[in-house]
Amino acid sequence: MTDENQTKDNPANSFENKLKEQANQLKELVDSGDVSGALSIISELNETRDKTLYQEVGRLTRSLHESIRNFHIDGAGESSNSELSAIDDASDRLAYVVDMTNKAANKTLDLVEDTMPYASGISAEAKSLQSDWGRLQRKEMKPEEFRTLTATMGKFLSKLCNDSDKVYDNLSQILLAQDFQDLTGQVINRVTGLVKDVEENLVHLVTMAGQVDKITGTVHDVEQQETATDIEGEGPQMHTETRDDVVSGQDDVDDLLSSLGF
Amino acid sequence: MNKDMKILVVDDFSTMRRIIKNLLRDLGFSNTDEADDGNTALPMLQTGKYDFLVTDWNMPGMTGIELLQHVRSDESLKTLPVLMVTAEAKRDQIVAAAQAGVNGYVVKPFTAAVLKEKIEKIFERIDS
Repeated sequence: MTDENQTKDNPANSFENKLKEQANQLKELVDSGDVSGALSIISELNETRDKTLYQEVGRLTRSLHESIRNFHIDGAGESSNSELSAIDDASDRLAYVVDMTNKAANKTLDLVEDTMPYASGISAEAKSLQSDWGRLQRKEMKPEEFRTLTATMGKFLSKLCNDSDKVYDNLSQILLAQDFQDLTGQVINRVTGLVKDVEENLVHLVTMAGQVDKITGTVHDVEQQETATDIEGEGPQMHTETRDDVVSGQDDVDDLLSSLGF
Repeated sequence: MNKDMKILVVDDFSTMRRIIKNLLRDLGFSNTDEADDGNTALPMLQTGKYDFLVTDWNMPGMTGIELLQHVRSDESLKTLPVLMVTAEAKRDQIVAAAQAGVNGYVVKPFTAAVLKEKIEKIFERIDS
């Protein structure tokens, strides 16, 4: 709904116009001493105000119903409806994202922890062979030592073949474990869409409720929302590149701490 | 720096605890325990078994900054070295952590090299 439409169709605004118009008339009548004329204008105004109020409350109720329908929030009484509400569904979807990312991280960590001993084993054996190899090249090796070296080298090479296959295999599994990004990305995009819809509906409701407030002259004591204290943990900060209250990385942290005497 | 020192790693995400434990092991520290928030960590620390605390900031229950404040106000723990490893990157937060008596501050995502450097720096300063 555009602002223009809203102004044109808006009973609250037409009530305001009528009020302005009749206020002058009322003043004239009071000034001229026509009390009964003045009273009839007052009751006419009251009537218009009541009618407008009913209309607005009606509109608000309708909007509320529509919004609720749009949110797919099922009342407790409608348990026959087995379909999940969109909000429940969104929570489920986000739980799925947490679950997927958790599984992927643990799988990757398992594979990395499994792979590391292969790498350090290969490195340790290669280093010990390297020193024997050096002695061979410098012709410092006795024939029987050479025979041992040949056997060790043979064993090392076949172990190297097996272990590097295992490392390669683990690395490809790590690669595959990253497939969660595609699935979680799709889920998060859907939930973002829902949140936008809900926001739109809420903004609409607030606008409607504002009209009712205007006619009834209700003024709300909007409690000042407690602003989060600056040091409250909030998780990763967003849009860090455009914020200057947030450090851009470890170097910034180090600079800040050293400026504090660290 | 004593490589056998006992380290408590506090983070609400098990994968992050695992990553930090792995990195610490690579640095030669294999004597590590885990806790998932300040409420779990504080009684463990109060046993007096720990030589070093590595903690996240944003956790349910007791947060890392609250844990740090508890540690600093506890007579038997107030000299315990504390490294904060956290995604919290607001200047005010870092200043608050410094004022609360943190010994080092690492922002996530971080590298093994940064973790190593900060731990070495903390113990250099303590040992000197």
